[in-house]
Parts: sequence; C-alpha cells; structure tokens
Amino acid sequence: MSGTFVGMPAFPTAAREALADTQLRRNLAHATRTIRDKRAAVVAEVEGWEELRVAGAAVKEAALRDLATHLETLEASLVRAGATVHWARDAEEACAIVAGVARDHGADEVVKVKSMATAEIGLNEALEAEGIAAWETDLAELIVQLGDDLPSHILVPAIHRNRAEVREIFRRRMGDVGRPAPDDLTDEPSMLAGAAREHLRDKFLRAKVAVSGANFAVADTGTLVVVESEGNGRMCLTLPDVLVSVVGIEKVVATWSDLDPMLRLLPRSSTGERMNPYTSTWSGVTPGDGPQEVHVVLLDNGRTRALADDVGRQALRCIRCSACLNVCPVYERVGGHAYGSVYPGPIGAILNPLLNGVSDEQTASLPYASSLCGACFEVCPVRIDIPSVLVDQRAAVVDSHRGDRVPKPEAVVMKAAAWTFSDARRLRWAERASGVAGRVLGRFSRTTLPGGRTAAGRLPGPAAGWTGARDLPAPPPESFREWWDRTDGGHRPDDDQEGRS
Amino acid sequence: MSPAVDLPPAPRAPDRGDLIALFVERVEDYRALVTRCAPDEVGSVVAEVLGSASSVVPPGLGLEVPGSVVDDGWTAAELDAIDAVVTRARVGIAETGTIVLDHAPDQGRRAISLVPDLHVCIVDATQVVADVPDAIALLDPARPTTWISGPSATSDIELDRVEGVHGPRTLHVVLLG
Repeated sequence: MSGTFVGMPAFPTAAREALADTQLRRNLAHATRTIRDKRAAVVAEVEGWEELRVAGAAVKEAALRDLATHLETLEASLVRAGATVHWARDAEEACAIVAGVARDHGADEVVKVKSMATAEIGLNEALEAEGIAAWETDLAELIVQLGDDLPSHILVPAIHRNRAEVREIFRRRMGDVGRPAPDDLTDEPSMLAGAAREHLRDKFLRAKVAVSGANFAVADTGTLVVVESEGNGRMCLTLPDVLVSVVGIEKVVATWSDLDPMLRLLPRSSTGERMNPYTSTWSGVTPGDGPQEVHVVLLDNGRTRALADDVGRQALRCIRCSACLNVCPVYERVGGHAYGSVYPGPIGAILNPLLNGVSDEQTASLPYASSLCGACFEVCPVRIDIPSVLVDQRAAVVDSHRGDRVPKPEAVVMKAAAWTFSDARRLRWAERASGVAGRVLGRFSRTTLPGGRTAAGRLPGPAAGWTGARDLPAPPPESFREWWDRTDGGHRPDDDQEGRS
Repeated sequence: MSPAVDLPPAPRAPDRGDLIALFVERVEDYRALVTRCAPDEVGSVVAEVLGSASSVVPPGLGLEVPGSVVDDGWTAAELDAIDAVVTRARVGIAETGTIVLDHAPDQGRRAISLVPDLHVCIVDATQVVADVPDAIALLDPARPTTWISGPSATSDIELDRVEGVHGPRTLHVVLLG
C-alpha cells in the first residue's frame, strides 16, 4: 500500500484483492459490528429520532438551496470577526493558499486536525512538496500516516488495523519523525494512546501554524465548529499563533440555532455516543485567547458540480458521520481502500462521481459498488437517499458511454435484447436456444441453488465480469410458451419435461 | 438572519424529572468524576480534589485556591508543567452529560483548561439545562466555546474506548447545590 489513492484500480479489481485478506475482514467485521451496536443503543434512547432526522435534513437542504447567499453572509461575518477569507475553486488553489500562509510565517511544519476536506485535496503531499511537514494529530490519522498507509474509513481511518499492527507501526516509525515509542510498548490500547500523547505533545507545544477543517460553518455568526474526541483538535485550534481552516462550501448552515439538530444527530450517528468528548466553536479571532491570525479557505472542488445535479445534490447534506459505512454489507467485506478515495462506502460511491464526474474508469465503477439494500438510507442522519442517487449515477455512467465508438458489452447485449424482445418469433427462437443452453449448463454446473435449480459457474468472455461475483441460475430447459403449447395451458398432463424446477 | 424557508422544528427531549440526577448519571457514564457539595463547601472540596497537585486558575474564578497560580498569559510549555486547572462553566447539559465553557473570565483562556492533565470544573446546579437546544439558546456564538463530555478519549484502536489522549485525562466536576 502506498500513501496515495492516485492510480487505484476500479472497484471490482480492488475489491477482489481485499476479499482475499482474512485479517482485514476480521478487523472490519469486529469494528463495524461494535460501532453499529453502540449507535443503535444511543439512537433508541432518543424520542422522536425520525423527526430529528427530518429537521437535520431540512437545515442542510435549506442552506444548500440558497448556498450563494449563505456563503456571502458567511464571508462577511468571518471578516467582521477578524478572519481572512480565501476562495478556492479546486484542490490546487486550496493547497497553494495553505502553503502560502505557512510560508509567510516561515513555518516548515504544521499540525493538523483530522479533516476530510484536507485529505480530499491531498494537502499533506502538496505541503511536503513545498518542504513543509504536515503532522496528523488524530490517533487514527497518525497510525495511517506513520504506516505510509491510506485511510479506510471516514471516522476511524485505521479501522483496518488491529492493536498488534498499530504497535508494530509505532515501534518502527515514531523515532523517524520525533519522540520514539517507549521500549516497553505493549499492544494495550491505553499504552498505544499514551505513546501517541507523548509523541505529539512536543509538536503541539512548538507548532506555529495549525490546519483544520470544520464540521459546520454558521453563516450569520461566522462561527466554525469542530467535533472531536481526543483533544488534538483543541490543541491545534488553540495553541498555535496561526490557524488555517479548509472548509467545503457545503458545510454552511444558516444560523447558530441550526446547530441544534446537527449536534444531536452527529455524535450518536458516528461514534454511537450521546455527545463526543470535545466540540470547539470559534468566530474569527478572540483577542488574548487562541490563534491571533485566522484564515478560512472556502473550498469548491466539485461541490458546485454536485449542487447542479437535481438528484445528487442531497449528497452535499452529508455530515461525514460514516453511519452508512458501518451498515453497508459491501463495505464490511471489502473495507475502504477498494473505493480508491478518501470517501469510501455508500456515501463515497455517490459523492466521488458527483464531485468528479464519471469520466475515469475508477470513479465510474463506484455507483455499482452496492447491493442497493437500502440500509445506508435507513441510518443516514440527514436522510440522504443513497440508493436512489446510486441508481441515478449508474444511469450517468451509462449515458457517458452512449457516444463510444466501441460500445460496452452490456450495451451490445441490451441492444440485442431489445431486438429480440420486439418480435415474438425472435423471442421464441431465443427461448429455444436458451433452453438448450440451460440443459448444457445444468449438466456442467456444480452449484445448486436453494430450491434445487442449478447455477452456472464462471462463464468465459464478457460474461465473466458478471459471474465472477454472482451465481447465474442456469436458464430453464423449457420456456413458459413451450410448456403452454405442450400442455394446452395446463389441460393436458404435465409429466415428462426434464429439469423442472 | 432568518432562514430562507420554514424549517420543521427539531423535537425536544421530554423534560426529565430530575435534571440534576440525570446530569450526574450521564457525566459519570463518561468516566468523569462528580462530587456534589453545598456552595459554601466548594473551597474545601476543590482543595481535597487537588491534593498536592500544582494548579492554575483563571483570573475571574472567584474562589481562593491555596497554592495555585493565576493565569497570566502562560505559554503552552509553561502550562505543560502544571498538573491541574480549576475553572467554572457556562452551562451543563443533562441529556448528554456535557459541560460547556464560554471562556469568560471565570473560565479563562482555552489553553488553561486544555494542557494540564486534571480539569476540576465547578458547575452550579442552576446552570444545568435539559438538552442541547437549551444550551444553544444560552450561548453567545461570538465567544469561543468548548463543549466537554468526559475526559479526552479515543476509540481509534479496535473501537476500544481509552481515556486520555491529548486533553486532560481526568475530569472532575464539582456540582454545587
């Protein structure tokens, strides 16, 4: 695993590799089950959870419906509160702004609060290219960074690692970048957390510049909100002289009181807690307390593209709680890396194509990385109808290939099917051919499905893509029409057909 | 600014009968420590909690803490050498077991309640409200706020909750009244 998602294969290829990793599946199954159970327990405590979801969805939807106005209000409030506001159209612009601020202060290192937006834009790599070291301070992000690994979950990026692996990473790498892990480090989580505390404290105490994201940005007050657990966020937001926050433009809510449903929905949905240990809110600069120079980078990077999509727009309501990952049967079996993005799981399967378009093969594979079981919609605290968006994005992928000079195999098959179904005689011939195929396949197949019907194994050629991951029931040897003719619609005895299912 | 559209109201938690009991239960559920005492006992309770620990207090604490230093813009490194901090709070939330600081003079700068390893937080029973919406309504968004639910914690390793990563590893709430 190298520390970048660039050049990842399409989902089916990456998923096949992940499925073969039994350690990964064990780690994931344990973690997702634990977090699902915790979430279910604290959600059940809340009377009117459904109404709370509706209220949360409405807050975000209202903000998105008039996003331009809210963003201008936010900019004005931030400036009034003493912050400097930057607008970034894409990753490159955003990274350049952050690097520029660090350079202006002669900083060759920054401390970072865990932030999806900065991971999305590849900020650490961009800063490194400028000779600026970016230290991740969230424990899981530290594990990922020291392991030269990639995040595999939105909330717990090192979910794919168990304690023994974490100990090994700390012992091997901590000494290269600061205070080494203690010699007697065991794999007890409390010992590992203690090692991280010691390792990072030096960095917190000397850092001049910090970089954060924001969970919410309140337009009318210019307040940014960071929700966290470990206190590394508070360290970064409070101790350094300079703070740069990279904020996706969809993080805006209109008013301070709109935070109410969000702060009730987020912790219960994400970590399964009534409230996360620490939430920090701040508006610009507070004289004598905290950073005295505050920058806010408002990031588009495909968000206006998603906003223009009538069906997909709702994905921008996402508050990155990751509840959809933890209930997804596909995610639980393959983990986050197979999605080839910092946004894995069901939300990643719609967010990536919405932000980036479906022009590359990897992104275009994501809307298919789902069984459409609907569990993700059930748990989403802001009621994003992920299955509907998945289907819509599948249509977008198909549409993007309509002008291809060499059509995709599915398109050829669909065209042939249309031709066959449009004429009764053709359909009859096709059914007869399929009956013959069914008899042949039935002889060769080794799999028997529930109900006694046999299934084809892995088919050769273009069909391999379909049968590689599924059982294909062998076609019935006799079609309905043939049965009707033979038995006169069931009036004659029906005793001799072979392969009745 | 009023919202552009009418939003459906977020439901409120039913007012729990005994807010204070719920607050204590939920704060303790986070493995924070809670001591209840009468307002005139606060000095001796705080002294007992601190024991021999060195401590820093905000300039407006309004309580004599023997042996403590008053925050005078100490650097982070200087604060790192101090064991404990004593602050007051703005509001307590029963439903979630949360205390919120708005860093007024009785609570001090954000750094003092962050760097020392033990945070002793004095909350008046009259400051406890039912749920998050009540707290939101009381707080001033122009001020920085810190919402604290138990000590610093992580669940990043196999989802096992571990107290104490970067913030104070012990939170001791002294509840008055």
